[in-house]
Order: sequence, then structure tokens, then C-alpha cells
Amino acid sequence: MIHILLSRWRQGYRTLPYPKALPALPERFRGRPKIHPERCAESYSGGCRACAEACPTEAITVGAAGPRIDLGRCLFCPDCVEACPEGAIEYTGEHRLATRTREDLSLDAAEEYRLAAALDGEMKRLFGRSLKLRVVSAGGCNGCEVDVNVLGTLAWDLGRFGIQYVASPRHADGLLLCGPVTKNMELAVRKTYDAIPGPKLVIAVGACAIAGGPYHRQEEQLGGAASVVPVDLFIPGCPPHPLTILDGMLRLLGRIGTNGRDGTRSLDGGETSQK
Amino acid sequence: MNANLPILRNGQRLPLREVPELPIGEFREAILRRVQEGDRLACLCAGFDLQLMAVLADDAGHALRVLRTKLEAPRYPALTPDCPQAHLFEREIAEQTGIVPEGHPWLKPVRFHLPWTGAPDPWKRNGAPIPGAADFYRVEGEEVHEVAVGPVHAGVIEPGHFRFQCHGERVFHLEIALGYQHRGLEKALIGGPHPLSLKQAETIAGDSSIAHVWAYCRLLEGLADVQVPERVDLVRGVALELERAANHVGDLGALSGDVGFLPTASFCGRIRGDWLNLSAEGCGSRLGRDWLRPGGLRQDLEPARAAAMRPRLARAWADTKDAVELLWGAASVMIRFEAAGRVDPDQARQIGLVGVAARACGLGRDARRDHPFGPYGIRPLPVAQAESGNVHSRAWVRWLELGESSRFLAAALAALTESEVDPRPRPLPPRAPEHLCVSLTEGWRGEVLHLAWTDAQGRFARYKVVDPSFHNWFGLALALRGEQVSDFPLCNKSFNLSYCGHDL
Repeated sequence: MIHILLSRWRQGYRTLPYPKALPALPERFRGRPKIHPERCAESYSGGCRACAEACPTEAITVGAAGPRIDLGRCLFCPDCVEACPEGAIEYTGEHRLATRTREDLSLDAAEEYRLAAALDGEMKRLFGRSLKLRVVSAGGCNGCEVDVNVLGTLAWDLGRFGIQYVASPRHADGLLLCGPVTKNMELAVRKTYDAIPGPKLVIAVGACAIAGGPYHRQEEQLGGAASVVPVDLFIPGCPPHPLTILDGMLRLLGRIGTNGRDGTRSLDGGETSQK
Repeated sequence: MNANLPILRNGQRLPLREVPELPIGEFREAILRRVQEGDRLACLCAGFDLQLMAVLADDAGHALRVLRTKLEAPRYPALTPDCPQAHLFEREIAEQTGIVPEGHPWLKPVRFHLPWTGAPDPWKRNGAPIPGAADFYRVEGEEVHEVAVGPVHAGVIEPGHFRFQCHGERVFHLEIALGYQHRGLEKALIGGPHPLSLKQAETIAGDSSIAHVWAYCRLLEGLADVQVPERVDLVRGVALELERAANHVGDLGALSGDVGFLPTASFCGRIRGDWLNLSAEGCGSRLGRDWLRPGGLRQDLEPARAAAMRPRLARAWADTKDAVELLWGAASVMIRFEAAGRVDPDQARQIGLVGVAARACGLGRDARRDHPFGPYGIRPLPVAQAESGNVHSRAWVRWLELGESSRFLAAALAALTESEVDPRPRPLPPRAPEHLCVSLTEGWRGEVLHLAWTDAQGRFARYKVVDPSFHNWFGLALALRGEQVSDFPLCNKSFNLSYCGHDL
């Protein structure tokens, strides 16, 4: 017993102070990309499509306004950055990425990135302070699952926000899905969704759950959660950082962002969309 | 003729024409004889032209042997009755290519898809196969009952279906049906490498990104006959040992949680993050994504970065030691660990267990020593072993390995601090056409095997992935015999196998 107490003293209090303060992210962390169309303008007139051609998931299209990145397909790898001779795309340390619609995941230099807006009305009243989620992996590589799971540890302490992963869909308010939804999981996903009492939410975590990820061309999968169930929150990444996942959930519940319950606006990183 | 199978080293290429092609009778005989003498059947798979390919691992002799046969018809006498470790490979062959291993004692689908080749389905399934729809072994009797769990489980965990045949709480038999995570990975790699192949290799099993992507890189380097610089190998070793440490810490914490010992469970949940964050310091990703590339590294560990990681490593190890040592002094933990989930060492050998699960049964199998790759030839790591084959042994092996990995990491980071980065990019030369290469790494679960052979243009004619989970799931089923259903979570966690790595 004395050893346990001594360990407890040595290990200390280690829950992150988030959301009051942001935890430090590693220097090489690849968050929301920033596009500098002015750097590629000259090359573009020459027909440069190096970034689009380098992208393994075809997430980049190049138009008159420069490159546009579909963050739903993006694996946050350095291929486009390495391919661009002008440095027109760079990763930033911005971890805020979650959106309410698939279209909002489209990133270019012209428009402000629309982060997820909070639930409103009855949904906000029901889930704003207590959200129970059933997690289903449907063809995921266990990468997103790792970073979803880690939010339950004492470092992140998801429970203090009223969010909890539960063992039965009957106890859940929503479904958190990882993976591209394989054909072999389609029925299980539908049944799990149907078993959750309404009103209910769906959160798609990771590139696979949004658009099929590295498997988007495979006929063995369906191209993401939205192919099977309606999705309320998209959290991009491969896998998303735990901070990105938590930010998305708290944004959905209106716990941070423009409608912050405690009035904090300091953690907001952009305009919010109205869905 | 059987005696002169050419010896292949881990990551070395061999012209296809030098792979001995034996008639099916001699092919079977050669495999059975070598397995009898102590080799492991590391891989058995089919090409698309009624060709079977086998990889035998002679661990003590640090050698691999490859052999093949060409069938005249889509059937052959199964190896499984004489060589149990072939059982899942032969089911896989039947499902992927429609070749029937006749006499297989339990020929069931593995991943629930139709043959890729368009060959007739051995189970005569019409249309899309229904996952899990197959025969299950049943025990009958008035007081015998069946417990079925999954595919969706109560927790943040991948899907799989488990069926227990029970008498009261006592488990007579557990049968595991997987395939729910099947996303067509091996099929996607055919004709490659494609632009997505590297990302697919990184996501074969997301918690073993480095083990798999390193095997993939070495395979491409082997086919191109390239040796990477020593420094690159050392950084790759750092990446792999960080992955091992993070997962072992997570597993020890989860095992602790499963027996209701909360201090270690809580501490380790956080400390695992400290190890993952060290990987993120190296490459920006907690899971080591975009760290390695064929021919080298995507992101190097410059001397300053390596130096900055050293105190964090020391802190992570000190915290780990403090948290995990509590386990060994807690009688309530020890009695639960020691009483659960024993696998008989003889059975472990017969079914071809690898990795932590094998070493916990006294089988000293570790590709880092037996088939050295990367930095492990010149910086050997002792092979951690335990003898009892139970949950305690599997936990203890992880603990010993954590210590070895920490020592390796400390020495490797110190060496990297004094080694200048070579900024010259090294584009990989073309891959040799019609060559074969076998690449092994030792991930935190165990041996990761990648095998490929190329066509006349140097593209992958076939790419085979064997995750350690493929060998080990049956070990979990054996560990449950005679146990209580309620000990399943503990036994399961002590193996902590990958669903997606198995399902591909």
C-alpha cells in the first residue's frame, strides 16, 4: 500500500489543463494546411499541378484560385509539400479541423475555413452537458481508435466534459465511427445505429470514415460513414490528434467556440458555419 | 533434391527462376520434414496461376527457405492434418484463389469474400458472402450452452465474432471468426507499388505502423538491391522501439485494469501517451506515420532533435518503471495473472506462435536476433523469455522488453546525437523483374512478414502480408480452454492481437 501511495505522489497530477490552455504540440505536428496561391500563380499559368499529382488520395484540385484541398481525403502526409517547387502549401500547427458538413472540409486560400458549429435547440439541450457514445470500428486500422481511446485516460479525462464511451448502443446518444465501413461491417453499423434511441448523433473520425482514406478505391469498402448513416460531425486526419477529436466534440456541444458556455473565445480558430 | 533448398536471408532478393519448383508431393514432404526438424512455416500462399509458395524460417540457422509448386488442378492434399500451423494459411488460399486443400479438418472462410481469381467459390456462396456465416464447432449436452459475442464489442475495440462453448462458467472451446475489417489490402498492392501503397503499408495495423512500413521499405530495397546507410537503420530502430514501448506500456496498464488494479492502469494510460509523443517528436505523428520511406527516411532525427529527446526518454522510462513495478508486488494481481490463460509450450510450437505470446511459452523467437535487420545485427537485443505460457508470462515478457527497448533507445539517441545527417536524397533504383524477396521485422506483437515477387516489369505480381496476429489468434482460443468466460477480457488483452492486421 505504501508503494502505491508513493507512486501516486511521484506520478503527480497529470490531467491536461485543456481547454483553459492548449497542450504543447510537437514541432513537426501537421495540422491544418495553409495555402499560398500567390506563390504558385506563376507556375500555375504554366500548368503546374505538382501538388495534385503528388497527392496519393487525390485530395487536391488546382483551379484559378490556386490549390484546393479536401481535408476529408487528406492523410496529412508531406507529399504535396515536398512536391511543390514554390512552397505554396505548408502545414501549420492548427489542430482545429472538425466541421459539420462534408463540403466545409474543402480548404482553399480564398474562404475562411468553417469549423463545426454547435448543436442547437433540443439537441443542444439534450446532449450539451452529457453525451454518451458508442464507438464502432468499421474497417479502421486501429489508429483512429487509439487516439479516440486515449481521450478516456487521465491525461485528457473526457468524463469531465460529460462525454463517455458506453458499452451498449441502448445507453448511447450517438455513434462514433472509425474506418471506411467495409462491406463486412455494413450490417453491423446499421444495426448499431438503429439500436441507439433517437434523437441521435453520428461522428465520423478520420480520413477512412470520411472518404475511405487509403482504401477509397477498394470495392471491399463503402467510402465512409456517410454511405450508411447521416453524419453530424466530421473530424479529419490519419489519424486525427486526440486534441483535434476533443476539439470537434466540444465544438459540437457548444462547449468551446463562438458560443462558449463560459464565454471563452480564446480557443476559437475560425468562423463557424450554421447548419 | 529436398536437401538443396537455397538459403535466403531476411530482405535479400532471389531470382524467381532460382526458387525451386517441386511437384506437389515433394513440396509437401519438404515442408513437413523441415517443420519436423524445427523450422516454422512463416508463410504459405498462392499465386494466381495455381502456384503455391512457402517460406520456411530456420530461426536457429538465421535462414529462410522458399519453395513452390505448380498444381495441375485447383486442389491438393492439405498440409494441416500433419502440420497444424498451416491451418489458417490453407483456409486463406482456398478463399483467395479457390484452390481446395483436400482433407483440411476445418475449412472455413477467413475474411468472407469471393475468390479474387473468379475461380469457383469452395463454399459455393452466391453473391456477397455474409460475414460470420459458417459452421461453428459445437459441444452438445443438456447443460452445455453457447455464448456468442460480437462483431461489435463493448469498448473502443475492433470488430470480431467470438463463440464460446460453455458448461456453466467453464469454457470448453472458443472459436474466433474474423474478417469484418477486410478492406482488400493485399489485392490493392498487386501491380504496385502504387502511389497509395506506402500509406496502405502504414495502415495494415495502425498500432504497428513502423513494423509494417519498415518491412515494406526493406522489401522494396531488397528488390532494388539497396543497402540503406547505418544512420537510417538506427533511426528506424528508434521508431520501432518507441512503438514497442508505447504498446507494451498500454498493454500492461490495460491488463492491470482488467484485474481491477487501478493505480498502474491509470498511470500507464497516460505514460503510453508520453511514449507516443516521443514518436511525434520524431515525425509529427504519434503513430509514426510518414517517418520511413523506401530507400531511407522521410524525416531524420537530427543531432539536436535526438539530444532533445534524451531527457524525455529518461523521464518516460522512470515513470514507466515506477508504475509497472507496482504490479509485481501486488498479490491480488499476481494470483490473477498466474492463474489465467495458459498455453501449453508444445501446442504453441505446433501452431506456430510468434512474438510475445511465443516467448512467454519459452520459445525464443525474435526476428531481431534470428533474422537480424536494421541496426539489430550490430546492436543485438537480448531475447526476453518466460516459461509458464500464462497471462503473467506474457505480461513479464513485455516488462523485460520494455527495459531492453529503453536501453536500446538511450544508446541509439546518444549515437544519433553525434552522427551528422546526410542530406543527399537517395532515389531507389528500379526493382529487379521476376525476383522474390522476403522481409521480416519484429513488431511489438511479433514477427511481421512481407513477401512479394515481381513481374517482368518489376511490379508486384503478388504481395503477401503476414501480421503476427495471423499466427497467434488460435493461441488465444487455446488459452481459453478450461478457463472461465469472465476471464476472456484478461486473456484477450494478454495477447492483444490485431483484427485489421489479420483481416487485411
